[in-house]
Amino acid sequence: MTLVGLAIAIWLLALYANVRLARSGMREARYAVPTIFGVTILVMWELVVRGLEVSPVILPAPTAIAERFATSLGTLWIDFVQTVLKGALTGYAMGCGAAVLAAIAIDRSSFLTRGLLPVGNFVAALPIVGVAPIMVMWFGFDWQSKAAVVVAMVFFPMLVNTAAGLKATDAIQRDLMRTYAASYGQTLLKLRLPAAMPFIFNGLKIATTLALIGAIVAEFFGSPIMGMGFRISTSVGRLAIDMVWAEIVVAALAGSAFYGGVTVIEKAVTFWHPSQRGRT
Amino acid sequence: MRNTLPVLTVVAAILVIWYLAAFWMNAAWVMDQAARADREVGFADLFTATMTQDRPVVAAPHQVVTALWDGVFGHEITSKRSLVYHGFITLEATLWGFALGIAVGVGLAVAIVHSRTVNMSVMPWAVISQTVPIVALAPMIVVVSNALGVEDRLVPKAIISAYLSFFPVLVSMVSGLRSPQHMQLDLLKTYGATRAQVFWKLRLPSSLPYFFASLKVAIAASLIGAIVGELPTGAINGLGARMLIGSQFGQPLIMWAALFAAAILAGGLILIVTAIQRAADRRMGVMR
Repeated sequence: MTLVGLAIAIWLLALYANVRLARSGMREARYAVPTIFGVTILVMWELVVRGLEVSPVILPAPTAIAERFATSLGTLWIDFVQTVLKGALTGYAMGCGAAVLAAIAIDRSSFLTRGLLPVGNFVAALPIVGVAPIMVMWFGFDWQSKAAVVVAMVFFPMLVNTAAGLKATDAIQRDLMRTYAASYGQTLLKLRLPAAMPFIFNGLKIATTLALIGAIVAEFFGSPIMGMGFRISTSVGRLAIDMVWAEIVVAALAGSAFYGGVTVIEKAVTFWHPSQRGRT
Repeated sequence: MRNTLPVLTVVAAILVIWYLAAFWMNAAWVMDQAARADREVGFADLFTATMTQDRPVVAAPHQVVTALWDGVFGHEITSKRSLVYHGFITLEATLWGFALGIAVGVGLAVAIVHSRTVNMSVMPWAVISQTVPIVALAPMIVVVSNALGVEDRLVPKAIISAYLSFFPVLVSMVSGLRSPQHMQLDLLKTYGATRAQVFWKLRLPSSLPYFFASLKVAIAASLIGAIVGELPTGAINGLGARMLIGSQFGQPLIMWAALFAAAILAGGLILIVTAIQRAADRRMGVMR
């Protein structure tokens, strides 16, 4: 019980510190407050699990998870390469690339745009993860089928966002390009694609999460004996819960790094946009 | 309505491509069978054979429609082979998750708008929570809720679907609750309004259009959550479980039917939410 008491004491202390920090208005508080919040949750988790002697089959302590993480780095790396690098990233690149090209292609015809956009909007809201079993049937158990699921999942959100972005220029800007006698290609490259970038990056950011979900879900329908989804489902079966949590840590790190990476690129590309300005 | 013709054209084009793909992909198997039996197949035979396989690589659209029709109307709705039965199970989890997601999203948004501390400590983690692929967590949620003595399979599914759907609600509600202009807030201050009064009479009403706009994203996310939640949990009921069963027992038509049932369910839910949004916008006088 003392450990649980300690947990509550630490929680109150951290709460007090956070309230003080948040009111102080210091610049560092923007990072300090969420960090303290996160660390407090981890510490409390550890203390409560130890204090109440929760069975490791239900909820292992963070230190146990960290230990498992450190001892099975090799396995985790193999799973990471299989699921994230081969499955998710390949599919992400292909799906997003194809969607941007398709959006540019249909943009030339207003008939196609009016026909495809409502359909695309609708399909983007459907549970496309459901194609996973079909893709596994078509492309086999290895990473190709995972990449195919990811392509199907990211394509329509990306298409809709890019198409909206290509419409984002003002008539006055397009008129300016006309007075320069710019060709279609020049207008596209120098005006419309740059103007579409905030929308494209919005789509790219949505697609990062979808890509990882797709790649992991597809592994539940069949996979070689590696991959994060495979490891998670088999480890749950063996009640090796600390291994599952280690995979969750990998998934969380991969997901955040993926999203963060796209955000960094976005900042570099769309530095001119109001949402990126003034935050140095 | 000027979009009707283009949309119909695109849908027709998709159907044509689909039929061609079904013919193309299924032909290999037919040719293979014929070669083994040492027969020649004419084009007409080949065509009918590709359209009527029991285990097609690509199910032709009419096969999917037949399987759907059979699934929806061919069995009692309490039967385990009825898609209505499975659809209802998934719908139940979706709606619970949707409700839970709205409650969590709105609750957090209210706390975030009223407290700097909550805003600074929770908001970054809410963003990070969405970059974590939920499917990795899904089996854990099932194990933990089982260990806590929750036998009902509905609970873990609803939690997973709430995890996906709370975020759009949270983001929209935060901007909605912050949408009143300074002048309006100042006016209420001159009236000597308390914080609760400001909340009920100004912030909440002005956030409603944002709220209803976020529901469309949230309901789609809830359904995805419910289906994903059925996959690793060993569920035997629900549309996701139906896909899993179709995949494991080599019954592609079951998979296709479940996939399209899920799509129809999603379409229906989105239409309902859109109608609610329209009605609310009209009541609020927000015209678009």
